[in-house]
Amino acid sequence: MQNSKEVIHTKIWREEVEDDNPFAAKRCFCSGYDVYGDLLGKISWIDYLFLLYVLEPPTPQQSKLLGSIAVVLANPGPRDHSVRAAMLGGVGGSHGAASLIAALSVGAGQLGGAREIFLAMEYWQQCGCSLTAWEEIIAHPPKPTRVDVWPEMEHTPGFDPHGASCPTPVKQSLNHLASLSSGKALPWLQTHRETLENDANMPLALTGVIAAALTDLELLPEQGEMLYLILRLPGAGAHALEQRHHGWRKYPFFKNAVTLTNDPGPINTD
Amino acid sequence: MASPKKLLAAEDNWQTKMGLWFPGERVVLRGKDLFTELGDMRWMELLLFAITGRHFSENEVKLFEGIWVLCTSYPDPRLWNNRVASLCGTTRSTSAFALGAGTAISEAEIYGGQPILGCFNLIKKIDQLLKKGDTLTNILTVELENRPIPGYGRPITNTDERILPLAKLAQEFSLSDGDHYGLVFEIEDELLEISKKRKNNWQIKMNISAVMSALAADMQFSAFEYHQFMTLCFSAGMFPCYSEASHKVEGTFLPLRCGRIFYQGKEPRNWQASV
Repeated sequence: MQNSKEVIHTKIWREEVEDDNPFAAKRCFCSGYDVYGDLLGKISWIDYLFLLYVLEPPTPQQSKLLGSIAVVLANPGPRDHSVRAAMLGGVGGSHGAASLIAALSVGAGQLGGAREIFLAMEYWQQCGCSLTAWEEIIAHPPKPTRVDVWPEMEHTPGFDPHGASCPTPVKQSLNHLASLSSGKALPWLQTHRETLENDANMPLALTGVIAAALTDLELLPEQGEMLYLILRLPGAGAHALEQRHHGWRKYPFFKNAVTLTNDPGPINTD
Repeated sequence: MASPKKLLAAEDNWQTKMGLWFPGERVVLRGKDLFTELGDMRWMELLLFAITGRHFSENEVKLFEGIWVLCTSYPDPRLWNNRVASLCGTTRSTSAFALGAGTAISEAEIYGGQPILGCFNLIKKIDQLLKKGDTLTNILTVELENRPIPGYGRPITNTDERILPLAKLAQEFSLSDGDHYGLVFEIEDELLEISKKRKNNWQIKMNISAVMSALAADMQFSAFEYHQFMTLCFSAGMFPCYSEASHKVEGTFLPLRCGRIFYQGKEPRNWQASV
């Protein structure tokens, strides 16, 4: 691009222009592949997702692993905080995008959200498969920097502070994803889960499994964070639409569940 | 081992001191009746009360309002957060999406939320270190190892045109004599002095974030409260950007032709389906 105008620099996307319109692309290439002339009809959505983030095609194993991660994450269920946020958009008659924005915002956080994935993947970067390193970081977690708008972590990322034991779906996901992985993190987690749970004093959460799986895909924490946000949206959208249909009268309002502890009472203005 | 004990205790049981709506009757906010006790507040006064639970003097409320008016309401669609609002307008999205997305984007690293909070924390930290007997030169020498220093220096230009008007307002309201307020100017002087001694060219002059942080710290804001207060601060700049793009021909806000993509990636290749 030899143009004195400001440009967008990218390794992801190249376009060839239509002859009659400089604002319309004739051909679009993703990391060298002709998207509409070659990929379309050949590539699965999961492989295209991988290509977009990694800029190389996945191996068959990576493809299967990412596909299974996508299934595990597609619907966190209607009790999940992020899906509840989406459903509140639905019951209130908010726009579709508002429900997804709500799901993204709530699902961005440090408890079960994308930030927890980011931090857990940082732990994997720092500790790898060293039990000593994991025990050290669990005992002495890193502190946020002064510019960090995120609060200090209140539990070990990847573990459930309210859990009694590791839930069956978490164990099922771990076992299945570990069977697909060509990396080291998932098998190691499978072997050391109970030891880590004892160290963290809480059971492994789904975020811990996913962080390990994304590490085995050799993704960076920021890539893992982004994919986690994207892959949890299908369920949020579906539940929002369903509750929109049911309406607010059928959705919990928690009418008697909130207690005001400093109520001044009715004030007589006469 | 962890347990769901706390979840069980919280099930259908949220104890609040923040407030409640009594349908058809009244509203309570932080222990005060909204209609009878808070009803004549300015909006900024109510916002500050909602965030902190404290009451502020009329001048303090005006100063906080002035921070938003003078310092954070730039309607320039080139600025990253405002540009999101403009893009919402040009694509005929809604006002709430423009403001919601623009506000979320504003919690950024090179401007907005992160340096704003970082600056506040730094000013508080330097103040505490000085009270423990350290010297400003020592403290800043250490801090300079971790440049950039939030609140000092500014991308694009080194001069911050907002400092003078805000300083004037603070003086007018007699709110410019706090410890932190004086400190941020001393920090600037010291940084320039260090620069002179080191004979380097960088001139880390103060930006508005330092002044805003100092004023908030002098009014006993916590970092958490200040972060909340500043969250909506850019909104008055976003509305005009959204509005103008909404009223011009759709899609015409700074369009990019295909040739504006400068590709630096892989050469053309053919897809081989994975087996």
